[in-house]
Amino acid sequence: MSVTSSETRQRSWWRSNQQWLTPWLFLTPGMIMFALYVVWPIFESFRISFYDWDGLGEAQWLGWANYQELFKDRAFKTSLKNNVIWLVLYMLAVPMGLGIAIFLNQTVRGIRIYKSLFFFPFVISQVVVGLMFSWFYAPNFGLLYKLTEFLTGKGIAVLADPDLVTYGIIAAGLWPQIAYCMILYLTGLNNVAPDQIEAARLDGAKGFKMLWYVILPQLRPATFIAVVVTVIGALRSFDLVSIMTNGGPFGSSRVLSYYMYEQALSEYGYRMGYGAAIAVILFLIMMVFISGFIWKMVRDERGVN
Amino acid sequence: MLHLKKSAPLALGIALLAGTSAMAQQRTLNYYADFDPIPLAAFEALIADFEAANPDIDVVLQNFDHEGYKTAIRNFLTTDAPDLANWYAGNRMAPFVNSGQFMDVSDVWADNGLDESLGSAIASMTIDGKQWGVPYTYYQWGIYFNKTAYEQVGAEVPTTYDEFVANCELFAAADIDCLTTGTSALWPGAGIFDYLNLRTNGYEYHMALTSGDVAWTDDGVRETFAQWARIQPYITENHAAIDWQDAATLLVQGRAANYVMGNFAVGVFKDGGMTDETLGFMPFPTINPDVARAEEAPTDTIHIPAGATNVEDAKTFLAFVAQADVQTKLNEALGQLPINSGSTVGSDPFITAGFELLSTTPGGIAQFFDRDAPAEMAKLGMEGFQEFMVIPDNLDDILARLEQARERIYQ
Repeated sequence: MSVTSSETRQRSWWRSNQQWLTPWLFLTPGMIMFALYVVWPIFESFRISFYDWDGLGEAQWLGWANYQELFKDRAFKTSLKNNVIWLVLYMLAVPMGLGIAIFLNQTVRGIRIYKSLFFFPFVISQVVVGLMFSWFYAPNFGLLYKLTEFLTGKGIAVLADPDLVTYGIIAAGLWPQIAYCMILYLTGLNNVAPDQIEAARLDGAKGFKMLWYVILPQLRPATFIAVVVTVIGALRSFDLVSIMTNGGPFGSSRVLSYYMYEQALSEYGYRMGYGAAIAVILFLIMMVFISGFIWKMVRDERGVN
Repeated sequence: MLHLKKSAPLALGIALLAGTSAMAQQRTLNYYADFDPIPLAAFEALIADFEAANPDIDVVLQNFDHEGYKTAIRNFLTTDAPDLANWYAGNRMAPFVNSGQFMDVSDVWADNGLDESLGSAIASMTIDGKQWGVPYTYYQWGIYFNKTAYEQVGAEVPTTYDEFVANCELFAAADIDCLTTGTSALWPGAGIFDYLNLRTNGYEYHMALTSGDVAWTDDGVRETFAQWARIQPYITENHAAIDWQDAATLLVQGRAANYVMGNFAVGVFKDGGMTDETLGFMPFPTINPDVARAEEAPTDTIHIPAGATNVEDAKTFLAFVAQADVQTKLNEALGQLPINSGSTVGSDPFITAGFELLSTTPGGIAQFFDRDAPAEMAKLGMEGFQEFMVIPDNLDDILARLEQARERIYQ
C-alpha cells in the first residue's frame, strides 16, 4: 500500500512539474557542452592572459603587463590593421554575391550546372583554395607572375610584397565567400513574391529602382545572414594566412587569430599568456559584432510579435 | 590524426609481441621521433640492431610528421610521455630542460666515457653542468654552388668575401642570381646571417649575441649587416615567397649560382639532376682574416622525458646510439656526420668535405640561429633578417626592434 502511494506521489510530482522541466532536460546536454567547451575556455583565457606561462612550467603572475606590451607591439598593430582591411574588403562578397545571384536567377537550359559551378569554390576546402592561390601568385612559375611579366616585363610576386600580400590573401578568401553569399541570395530570390514584382512593373518600376525598392527589401533576411557570416569569416581568417604565407613576409600578412596562434602554439611560440591576451582582444572585437547581431535579432522578433 | 598514427605502431607492437611470445618477458621502449623517409629507414635498421643486441627489449617507434612534431612534443611530454624522444641540441632544448620535462642523463655520459668520445658536442648538450640527451648526428652548413654557372660566366671559386662579391657582378651580368635562398619558412635566412656574423665577428661574439649578452645595436652587428648589404642586391628576388626547395630548383636549373644551406639539401639537388660533377661545395668565404674560422653544424639528439616509464632501458638505448660503430653505420645511411670521434665517415664527397671542414675548425661550432637563441628571439631575429633582405633601408628600425626584444626576453 505504502509503495503505491509513494509511486503516485512521485508521478504526480513529475506531472505537475514536467511542463517547465522538460525544456531544461533537453537543454542540459547542450548547455553542459557549451559551458565546458565555450564559456569555461573564455574565462580561462582571461585568467591566463594575466600570466607569463610557457605552457610547461610554472605560471607567473604579471597583472596587466601582457596588455601593456600588446599596445606597444608593432606586430599586434599590423595584425589589427590587417583585420580591419579584411573586414572592409571581405564585405565586397555581399554585393558581388548578390550580383551573381541575380545574374543566375533565370531559366535557361543548363542553369543548374552554371549555378553549381559558381558554388563550387565554397565546397572545396579553404586549404585547397589557399594552395591554388599561392601557386597562382608564386614567383617564377605562377600564372599571375607570368602574366604580369609578359605584360610589364617585371613579374609581380604578390605574396613576397609586404604591401600587397594581405590583399592577395583576401582575394583568395573572397572567391569562396562570394559563392556562399550567392547561394544565400539565390534561395532568397526564390521567395520573392511574384505579385509584388508584377504590381511594381505595372507602376512602371524597372532596373535599379526595381532592385532597390522592391527586391532588396524582400531579401533583407538573406542580407542579414550574408553580412553575419562574412563578418565572422573575416574575423577568423586563419587558415588562408597560415597556408599561403605563415603571416609573412616578415609578419606583414598576420591577422589577430594567426598572431595568437604564433605566440602561443606555433614552433617558436612559448607565450601562452601573451597569446591569451591577443585572444581576449579578438574576443572583445567579436563581441561588438555579436552583440550587435543579437540585439538586431531580438528587436526583429519583438517587432514581428 | 594522432589516433590513426598511434594505432599503427600499436598494431605493430602487438604483432611483434605475438610473434615473440615464446620469448621471456619483453620490456617495451616507446620512442617518439620525427624522421623523414631516409632517416626513418636508417633508424629502423638501428633499432633492429639494438633489439638483436638486447633481445629482451622491444623498441616501439612512433614516427610523427616533421613540422607537426615541433608542436606535438609539448603536449606529449606533459600528458603521455614516451621513454625516448627526438629533439635538438643547444638553447632549443632549454624550455624542456628548465621546466623539468627532460631527464638528466649525465650518468649515461659518465658511465660510457661519452665526455671523451662525444666531446665535440658536450657543450651544446650541457645546461647547468649536466647533460640532457645524447647526440647522434650533425651536418655541416656552407655554400653549395652550381659549377656549370661558374664556368658559364668564367668565375673562380672564391676564398674571400671580396672575391665572392666580385663574382656576383659577373653572375648579374649573365642574369643569374648570385645567391639564392627561400625564406618563406624564415630559417634559411638565418643561415646567411650566422655565417656573415661568424666570419665578421667570430664565434665568441656570435655566441654572446645569441645568448643575449651583446646589444643588437652594437657596432659589430652593424658591420655584419654592412657586409650583408653588399650582396643584398644579388639575392634572388621574391625569396620571401619561395620555399627552400623551390630555391634549390633555381640552383639546379642554373638560374642561381650559390646557396647557403645545410648538407641535407644535397639530396634535393641530386634529385633535381645534379651530380658530383655539377654540384660544388665550399666553406663560407673569409670576411675578416683575423677571425678564427668557425662553422655551423646543427646537432640532432635523443632525450629521455621526465615522465618516461622505462628509464633503465632508455639509458641502455642512449648508450647504444652513442657507440662509435653504431654511429658510423647510422650516419652512412643518413648521409651525415657521426658525433663519436671513433667513428668513420662515408666516401660521399660532400660528407668527407664536411668532416674535413668541421674537424679542422679552429674557431668553434655553432648550432644554428634558432637553436642557439631562445625561441622567441629566434623568431623575431629571423623575421628581421628576412625584412632586411627585402628592404635593407629598414636596418635601423629592425635593429632597434631586436634590441628592444633582447632587453625583454633575456631579463
